[in-house]
Amino acid sequence: MYRYDQFDRRFLEERVAQYRDQVRRRLAGELSEDEFRTLRLMNGLYLQLHAYMLRISIPYGTLSSAQLRGLAAVARRWDKGYGHFTTRQNMQFNWIRLEDTPDILAHLATVEMHGIQTSGNSFRNITTDPLAGVADDEIEDPRPYCEIIRQWAALHPEFSYLPRKFKFAVSAAAEDRAAVKIHDLGLYLRRNAQGEVGFTVLLGGGLGRTPLLGQVVRDFIPRRELLAYITACLRVYNEFGRRDNLHKARVKILVQSLGIEKMRAAVEAEYAAMGAEKEALALTDETVAAMKRFFAPPAYEDAASDGAALRRAVAAEPAFARWVKYNTQAHQQPGHAAALISLKPPGRPTGDCSAEQMELIADLADQLSFGEARVTHEQNVVLPHVRQSALYDLWMRLGTLGLATANVGLASDIIACPGLDYCSLATARSIPVAQDLAVLLARREEEIGKLAIKISGCINACGHHHVGDIGLLGLEKNGEEHYQITIGGGDREDAALGAIAGPAVPGAQVTAAVERLIDAYLRLRRDGEAFTATYRRVGMTPFKEALYVAR
Amino acid sequence: MAEAATLQLVTANRLNDGKVIYFAGNGAWSAAIDKARLVEAKDGAALLAEAQAGPAPHPAVAPVLIDAGRENGRVVPATLRERIRAFGPTISDHRA
Repeated sequence: MYRYDQFDRRFLEERVAQYRDQVRRRLAGELSEDEFRTLRLMNGLYLQLHAYMLRISIPYGTLSSAQLRGLAAVARRWDKGYGHFTTRQNMQFNWIRLEDTPDILAHLATVEMHGIQTSGNSFRNITTDPLAGVADDEIEDPRPYCEIIRQWAALHPEFSYLPRKFKFAVSAAAEDRAAVKIHDLGLYLRRNAQGEVGFTVLLGGGLGRTPLLGQVVRDFIPRRELLAYITACLRVYNEFGRRDNLHKARVKILVQSLGIEKMRAAVEAEYAAMGAEKEALALTDETVAAMKRFFAPPAYEDAASDGAALRRAVAAEPAFARWVKYNTQAHQQPGHAAALISLKPPGRPTGDCSAEQMELIADLADQLSFGEARVTHEQNVVLPHVRQSALYDLWMRLGTLGLATANVGLASDIIACPGLDYCSLATARSIPVAQDLAVLLARREEEIGKLAIKISGCINACGHHHVGDIGLLGLEKNGEEHYQITIGGGDREDAALGAIAGPAVPGAQVTAAVERLIDAYLRLRRDGEAFTATYRRVGMTPFKEALYVAR
Repeated sequence: MAEAATLQLVTANRLNDGKVIYFAGNGAWSAAIDKARLVEAKDGAALLAEAQAGPAPHPAVAPVLIDAGRENGRVVPATLRERIRAFGPTISDHRA
């Protein structure tokens, strides 16, 4: 992992001191709310329905055990004992007191964390594959590049007042596990015919009220030119992105209005005009090599014979076998696996993690995974480097605190935003719908197979509903919660936006409606076909009939 | 008995901790909605102005006027959003 240097640490200490004085002045009445709002948001502090909410950045979803314990301490000491992992691989605390926030940020600074650029019209947290450095379909570990971009983007003076927020995602594997195409700027790390590393650059993805998938603006930019090229992308957006209308300010609207050809021409013209600046921004082999040292593979033990022990344990215990089937992923290193810890036990709030759970995960990371954990955009946690012979012990210990649910990728592994239970922007609830659906579907989820249900409590789409196999968008109609249903979405390399099935369904009927959709899928699918494959083959009509006619 | 939500009250979040609070009149704010001062809609603007008045630091952030009524003797906001602010979250094990 990247570790802060002396400059990073001093900067963060100074920032906390500055913020502490801002809070003091606000509480003393020297700053009005209008004056203070921007300052608190620059440190990740929102005011939500019930309290202040503090959003903590988790760069590219990577956490050390010390950072997990730091978050646990915040949960226990200053919140109600738990935190919430978000779809942007961050953590949110929902019950924060303003007067405590300087101490919270000071504590987090000791574990190299903060809330800077988790709000406002800035570069937000850069996200990536939670299996970075692990997955066997990976070209290179994307995290060194994520960290280079993070450092380039942090407090970048030219881009501190963008038209709107800007989200980056990076994938370096054949399978896109970072939802690259729904980000403002997406990067796919690739090798060209000569074997050189570079990136395919996509612009203009995003969900919200105008969902659009990112489009390729450059097929291959050599690694050396990465920072210069994305600078050109940002310059075009900064100059031509709309500032007159909040809802039309994201780069996706610029790409949509210009068309990808004109956008590409504008970026390339800007890039060509950069001249000597390109060299100043050149990503040298030495820079990359220095950063890669922070992300060097851990000292794996020889575990080639672990497979046999794992097979014996799987054969002996069906519940463990199920967990291995759904909650572990292949690893580059023989005898190892990545273990996915589900934060979705049916009936519990999606993505919530108690202080005790965070501390247990931290202990297990130290003992079994070289002190490292990851957060997924599906709101789960990964221990990336576990010996296969340790998986049984891991599973047993996770079970002591309700962390051994074997449902990753299944119907009860639902993404949901905080919704109207917490969020001041929401128009309907998300988490209770997810809870009800998870309880309803858990009984049948092995029969159903892989299924992504994603729920947003408003049009801003933090729950990624457009890219679920089944997506639910919570709306308020005549004072009552309703849910618009979309089907056929996906967020992988073959990403697609779901199609709206028809009129929104009243809240009281939504779980039954989703179950009818699933029943229709089970009737229609062929040979284990995935939900969206079935939808693409048969079209909307039979699903629509199941939703609206068969009642 | 439920009474139509024809009344209004002023709500905000408390400055120091963000907690939901209600204007009780005479410069006082309460975390208990039943302490809220309820007025007819025609008097809402005056109530909001009264709630917003006072020297800095004002204890309430962003006071707003909302519709409410009485149900079985309790003050109940008209909208789901405000009911959740008053009585929520509705999550079954939110550990609040």
